[in-house]
Amino acid sequence: METSQQTILLSAKELTCIREERILFDQLSFDIHAGDIVQIEGPNGAGKTSLLRILAGLSRPYSGNVLYLNEDINHARDEFNADLLYLGHLPGVKSELTAEENLRFNLQISGYTQFETTPILAQVNLTGFEEALTGHLSAGQHRRTALARLWHTNCKIWIVDEPFTAIDKKGVEELEQLFLEHANNGGCVIMTTHQDMSIITDQRLRKIRLDYQFL
Amino acid sequence: MERGISFTQAFWTLLVRDIKIAIRHRGDIFNPLLFFILVVTLFPLGVGPEPQMLSRIAPGVIWVAALLASMLSLERLFKADYSDGTLEQMLLSPQPLPIMVLAKVIAHWLLTGVPLIIIAPLLGLLLNLESGSYGALISTLALGTPVLSLLGAIGVALTVGLRKGGVLLSLLILPLYIPVLIFATSAIDAAGMNLPYDGQLAIIAAMLVGSLTLAPFAIGASLRVSTN
Repeated sequence: METSQQTILLSAKELTCIREERILFDQLSFDIHAGDIVQIEGPNGAGKTSLLRILAGLSRPYSGNVLYLNEDINHARDEFNADLLYLGHLPGVKSELTAEENLRFNLQISGYTQFETTPILAQVNLTGFEEALTGHLSAGQHRRTALARLWHTNCKIWIVDEPFTAIDKKGVEELEQLFLEHANNGGCVIMTTHQDMSIITDQRLRKIRLDYQFL
Repeated sequence: MERGISFTQAFWTLLVRDIKIAIRHRGDIFNPLLFFILVVTLFPLGVGPEPQMLSRIAPGVIWVAALLASMLSLERLFKADYSDGTLEQMLLSPQPLPIMVLAKVIAHWLLTGVPLIIIAPLLGLLLNLESGSYGALISTLALGTPVLSLLGAIGVALTVGLRKGGVLLSLLILPLYIPVLIFATSAIDAAGMNLPYDGQLAIIAAMLVGSLTLAPFAIGASLRVSTN
């Protein structure tokens, strides 16, 4: 599919989210274009993860809807899922499996049929740990196992929740570089993070701010 | 980048992975089996060793123990995937969810149901089961335990998000288990009296076919509700 920088990949229409009888956000609307890198900002408990889960179609908003290429994601779920890469704050990595097996599983359920895992794991600095059970790896390496699939994907929409947690400085820079390349190639990245970024400049970054609302 | 939706790939990926994890985590296979053996061996000690009495209660005891063992083992079916985020990835995968959950349930049945079927004749011997009943015992277990796994998985999928879903789970799925129990024990009783039991077997087989085709969709829908 051809996407220019003007294409609206994902749009939120009047989203309202209520958790534990508290309104997290009310009538929130925005468009995300191809080429955007969007950071959802806000204090802890402001609803960043809830917003990402709603955008990914994992939770339903109290009201409003999310459109993928102008179609409700609940109606175009198959097309949307095929174009979405979601990395939640739970990494989806099994500690009983090796790094290689985890990556292979994650790529296979995303439908990829032909791939070599060794070069992908090398991208996230896991060379030499392919056969190690992820339960025995460090927190950062565990996280890297989950992030590895970002290096082998043709999904346009990336939704990543706190991608930099437990990742070292060099790793963060590599990730930023990857996000930037992805956006420049017509994709979009929606993320939350509390860390300052060095490669993705403030001009390049779009911010959506959520505030803690008192009732 | 080669990519496509493939039912067989989705099915085998999940099946192989779940079996691999269970083999590395052996307790998950042996616990239900041990429970099954313990319950059945305790019965003769509890009700007394008269052979007539034992052979009369044997079908019921073996089936009730198998049913409870299957229910206990089911609770963990989606728990690990839910708590480490793999379930979210499955829900967002372009591969068909019913196929993936069917693979998980079948893996679970291969690991916990099949050992029960293999050990059941030995326990029948222990309870002095009528010699004509062994065929019926094995065939009802072979047809019935997958039904238990499939129906139970719906309940598990509905309660996976709850912290203490255990009691609710039993309340939800026990009523669904009762028909299987009734027809299975009645088939074994009939076989013990040298009567035909094809009718009961046919009904259990019908339940198996019904749940095999419909349960995966119900499980998928329940998982979407639970992770909301």
